[in-house]
Amino acid sequence: MNPHPDLTSQVIRSLGWLYLALCAMNLVWTFRLGKAKASVAALAVWSSYCTALALLAMVHLTKFAEPQNFPFFMPLSIKTQIDGLANPVIFFAVSTLLFIAMIVLREWWTKPTIAWLILNAAILFMALSMTDYDFRQIVGKPDNVPIVAMLFIVGFFTWLFFSRAVENDRRIALGKPTVEKEGDEKVLVWPDLVYSEMICMIALTAILVIWGVVLQAPLEDPASSVKTPNPSKAPWYFLGLQEMLVYYDPWMAGVVLPSVILVGLMALPYIDFNKNGNGYYTFNQRKFSIITFLFGFIPLWIGLIILGTFLRGPNWNFFGIYEYWDVHKLEVLNNVNLSEYFWIRGLDQPLPAAGADASALVKTLAILKREWVGLAAVLAYLLLLPPLMAGTIFQKFFVKMGFVRYMVLANLILFMAALPIKMVLRWAFNLKYIVAIPEWFFNI
Amino acid sequence: MSIGEYIRDSQIWKSIFRHPAPYDRRNRVVVMLTNFFLHLHPVSVKKQGIALSYTWCMGGITFFLFLVEAITGVLLMFYYRPTLEWAYNDILALRDVTTLGIMREIHRWGAHAMVITVWLHMYRVFLTGSYKPPREFNWVVGVLLLVLTLLLSFTGYLLPWDQLAIWAITVGSNMARATPFLGHEGPGAQILNLGGYDLITNASDARFILLGGRFVGEATLNRFYILHCVAIPLVVSLLIAIHFWRVRKDGGISQPL
Repeated sequence: MNPHPDLTSQVIRSLGWLYLALCAMNLVWTFRLGKAKASVAALAVWSSYCTALALLAMVHLTKFAEPQNFPFFMPLSIKTQIDGLANPVIFFAVSTLLFIAMIVLREWWTKPTIAWLILNAAILFMALSMTDYDFRQIVGKPDNVPIVAMLFIVGFFTWLFFSRAVENDRRIALGKPTVEKEGDEKVLVWPDLVYSEMICMIALTAILVIWGVVLQAPLEDPASSVKTPNPSKAPWYFLGLQEMLVYYDPWMAGVVLPSVILVGLMALPYIDFNKNGNGYYTFNQRKFSIITFLFGFIPLWIGLIILGTFLRGPNWNFFGIYEYWDVHKLEVLNNVNLSEYFWIRGLDQPLPAAGADASALVKTLAILKREWVGLAAVLAYLLLLPPLMAGTIFQKFFVKMGFVRYMVLANLILFMAALPIKMVLRWAFNLKYIVAIPEWFFNI
Repeated sequence: MSIGEYIRDSQIWKSIFRHPAPYDRRNRVVVMLTNFFLHLHPVSVKKQGIALSYTWCMGGITFFLFLVEAITGVLLMFYYRPTLEWAYNDILALRDVTTLGIMREIHRWGAHAMVITVWLHMYRVFLTGSYKPPREFNWVVGVLLLVLTLLLSFTGYLLPWDQLAIWAITVGSNMARATPFLGHEGPGAQILNLGGYDLITNASDARFILLGGRFVGEATLNRFYILHCVAIPLVVSLLIAIHFWRVRKDGGISQPL
């Protein structure tokens, strides 16, 4: 018998309950549409969808003699297609495109019906994917369950933000007060606030207890300093940083860039000079700050956590969501330093080097000569770009912010952009290091 | 006179609660001003300011989870011993045989949830522009609390002393080795030497200070245990107090001007 069956009777039954829950969700949705006097055609479509889900659930919940022959599963052709597309380049390209679409199409996808359809599609995709053994292994790992939940929660709150912002922007354009301004009357904290706090606390306690009963907290084999697991992963919330290790050395990915993130977050209120959008949701009044923050939070922070958790397997290789985590998967890595590109491939010379018995000064000079292109590029990036941007695209900012604030902003943006830039350079040119001085542990 | 009235009229009751029951408007105001636990709140708020769709309640949930972690954590401390000999066995026993061993699952899941809710709280505060003047400094305090939440979770990750714990901490703390100037494999560390002796070695660098050794071992377990149960919670408690105080002083839940 197959030790790794895609379909077992237990999986099928659990999926039955999931479809039943989805059916219940859609019943509520259909009833609400009915109350809101939706058209008969729309109600008919939603009712038939609910019926289909109910039937699907029944089929799953009914005993089935041969689970491996169960007719509802993710087709192999789709699995192969999705796995074939799985690599960091496509992951990053798709998440960037989705990010742009999210902003450009915000008035379309925040409509309740569209958002509801997206949610349904996401749940159905998850449910179908659960019929795959390897997918279940990754998603069902106890420590990964909160991350799956986080995906849906972050999605929900992003939708909530955009729908509120779209509504407010429409009102502002018409010269009307925002939603937040409308309910201006004051209420007493007792009972209006303390009661909702109480209900919230009780609900949370119940959720935590049920979560603790249903799902056991992860506990693996006792610690052993000789048995290194493959892959060795940091706690899930640091996996974005661990993913950066692919592109930068630990001193950058693990120390400098996280510090820049923290300093940047703390500096945020002092460099955002825009007085609008304080105390209400809006997009149009704060386009620059919201796009920058969302880019950092969604594709870079959350996106890289997803990548590091679900798609990085043994030896930190990239695996598709339905792919078996094969320890022996080989990925050819022949990355080249910028200095090698310049001296060996460009000028057809050996890398400059000092003799073994040369003095420290001569050795240092030889290293600097070897790496001068990369050093010049990094210095130009950090020193020339800020004034250049101040004169061109950021001219308005520079005038309004003054020198110090502008320089802080420019440097933060450059550091944030450094990650995608290095990613693209790696994928396009197999570039390993821009500056490679392993003698001083100084690789960029 | 009903029993309820009799109790509320007694000297004992009146000595504990400094106000009459909040049945009418006046006493609903008084209760907020005279009760220790309630006086964190203002007396009245704008209706939209406390709407769930506006605040997401994520700051409050994070604080509640902090309390849950503190209570379940204290209970766990009665049982768990942070030594190589006992740490793993105690967690195993909590899972399999100990009464109320579920405290460990709640503690673990609550910790994960707290990391997520603290991010979402920051997300909401950013999206409503609530960091703008006069609340700039409270945002900074909030960022510090976010970092400390991650550090609490990171130090707690080691305590079960299983494979997940030791290797996650090894991977995480390996970064410290590469700290510029302060890590023995970081750029600039070679410059710091006296008469040919390196000041920064694998027994004196940032990673050594963090782990209390050259690798994740018993000293690390003890160090992380104290950080997790005493040192960081103390700092967090202080910062939470400042954070809440500043929310009130800076004008309450943010509102359109």
